[in-house]
Amino acid sequence: MSLELEPRDQTLLAGSEGKAMQLAMRLVVQAARILNAPRLIPISFAHIDACFYTGQSHVDFVRFLLDNGARLAVPAWTNNGVVSLADPELRPEAQAPKMVSEARKLMQLYAELGCRPTWTCAPYQLAGGPRFGDHIAVGESNAVAYYNSVVGARTNKYGDYLDVACAITGKVPFAGLHTDEGRKAQVHFDATALPEAWRASDIFPQLLGHHIGPIAGRRIPAISGLPAATPKDGLKAISAAAAASGGVELWHGVGVTPEAADLASVFAGGETVAVTADALRRAHADLTTARDGPLDAVALGTPHFSFREFAEIVRLLDGRAVKTGLPVLISTSRGVRELIAARGWLAILEGGGVRVPVDVCTYYSPRIPELRGRVMTNAAKWAYYAPGMLGVEVIFGSLRECVESAIRGEVWRDPDLWVMP
Amino acid sequence: MLRLDVPLSFWGAFDPQTGLIIDVHHPQRGANLARVILLMRESKGSGSAPGAIAEAIRLGTAPAGIVLVAPDINLAVGATVATELYGKACPIVTVSEAEFERLGGEIRLRIAADGTITPA
Repeated sequence: MSLELEPRDQTLLAGSEGKAMQLAMRLVVQAARILNAPRLIPISFAHIDACFYTGQSHVDFVRFLLDNGARLAVPAWTNNGVVSLADPELRPEAQAPKMVSEARKLMQLYAELGCRPTWTCAPYQLAGGPRFGDHIAVGESNAVAYYNSVVGARTNKYGDYLDVACAITGKVPFAGLHTDEGRKAQVHFDATALPEAWRASDIFPQLLGHHIGPIAGRRIPAISGLPAATPKDGLKAISAAAAASGGVELWHGVGVTPEAADLASVFAGGETVAVTADALRRAHADLTTARDGPLDAVALGTPHFSFREFAEIVRLLDGRAVKTGLPVLISTSRGVRELIAARGWLAILEGGGVRVPVDVCTYYSPRIPELRGRVMTNAAKWAYYAPGMLGVEVIFGSLRECVESAIRGEVWRDPDLWVMP
Repeated sequence: MLRLDVPLSFWGAFDPQTGLIIDVHHPQRGANLARVILLMRESKGSGSAPGAIAEAIRLGTAPAGIVLVAPDINLAVGATVATELYGKACPIVTVSEAEFERLGGEIRLRIAADGTITPA
């Protein structure tokens, strides 16, 4: 299929608006040809992942754009950085001097380019973002899955540089998940036979997402059996866990997500896989590398903790403090931290020994010094990556289990959580 | 020429500082990709791969060229950016499965500016 370009696209490609705009359009066109797209379509929003430092070329790229007159065509929000601009003591410069200073510089350069410095992997928790049916360009894997599945906005997974190129040109190739036919499910997971109490628990979406990812592979999954009242945080958990374990970019929750009023709307037939209690037990075991016992730290907030999750943890803490000296970190965005500070919850949490870092994630290196040894989390994505990235042991549990364990300094298990009728 | 039979992720499984495959799960762990022509049916997707390949091209640890069966946007984007920023090229060429098999039997390959691949 030949690619049809509009006059303005051709102008950019010819270099009439400078070398930066030319490079950006060249990258979008290159992607369009590989995807066999018939044309480019306009987008309304971008979420930038290239602000996460992985090497010198990342800094050189955005410098090149700034020096050669790049301008953003659409609002572009930033993913978390390697370091926190707001809480610099989290990853001290002494630990990895070049990396930390370059990572900070990279973030500042993207702010200079005009990106909104949200520094969050969960931009969908902030007001003013994309809506149902919008075409957008996103790179962060959990945000790709969440925007596609839960918001019903449309994006392929745009890797580093291409995300920025789309934001600058305001265009993406019309292909893949941007098209109606590219959004149909190819495999069906049926969880309806599981007890309702299980499906309503906060660990169910985490375990389900982790379980279905590798089975789905490159296919789009439809899921039956999610309770209609599954909170947005549960949908976030499925998105993050399935994207981490299997690369899922879109999933449909029958009766829950906006494009799947019923199974027939998204699934024309094909393989159906029953989700069993054993499969979820295996997922739980897979996300846990250590036995229950004393803890060295607790890490929550992957993807970033939401306002509602903070409300829940304040309720679960019920005025108690975590064990003295036990590092308990909840990562979130600046936007959400401002909201919980205004409510007085930040003061309650900090008074109870809990830290709430912003701008970053806690599972990658350079390791936050306190996160070592045996770490408990309620996030499947954190549990999936941290052992390899940080060399820690990980213990997966529900939010309530994490809170009660943080208070005790050792793993507490909820006796009601795994009871089968 | 180096042929990989298991897809490689350029992010995480490959070290741009050294050019070595570092993934403990990859059967060719320890292989040096610097300046070889790399034959690989497909790459393992990662949104950070463009930065890794660009960084390797900058440092001179990247393959001299990459031959794929499944075209790969991330590698293409990373190579285009590196060419623009550093004036160094890493041609990425897509061939049919039959052509891939045929090239896999060669020891030395040459990639021409127009993408044609010939034994050298």
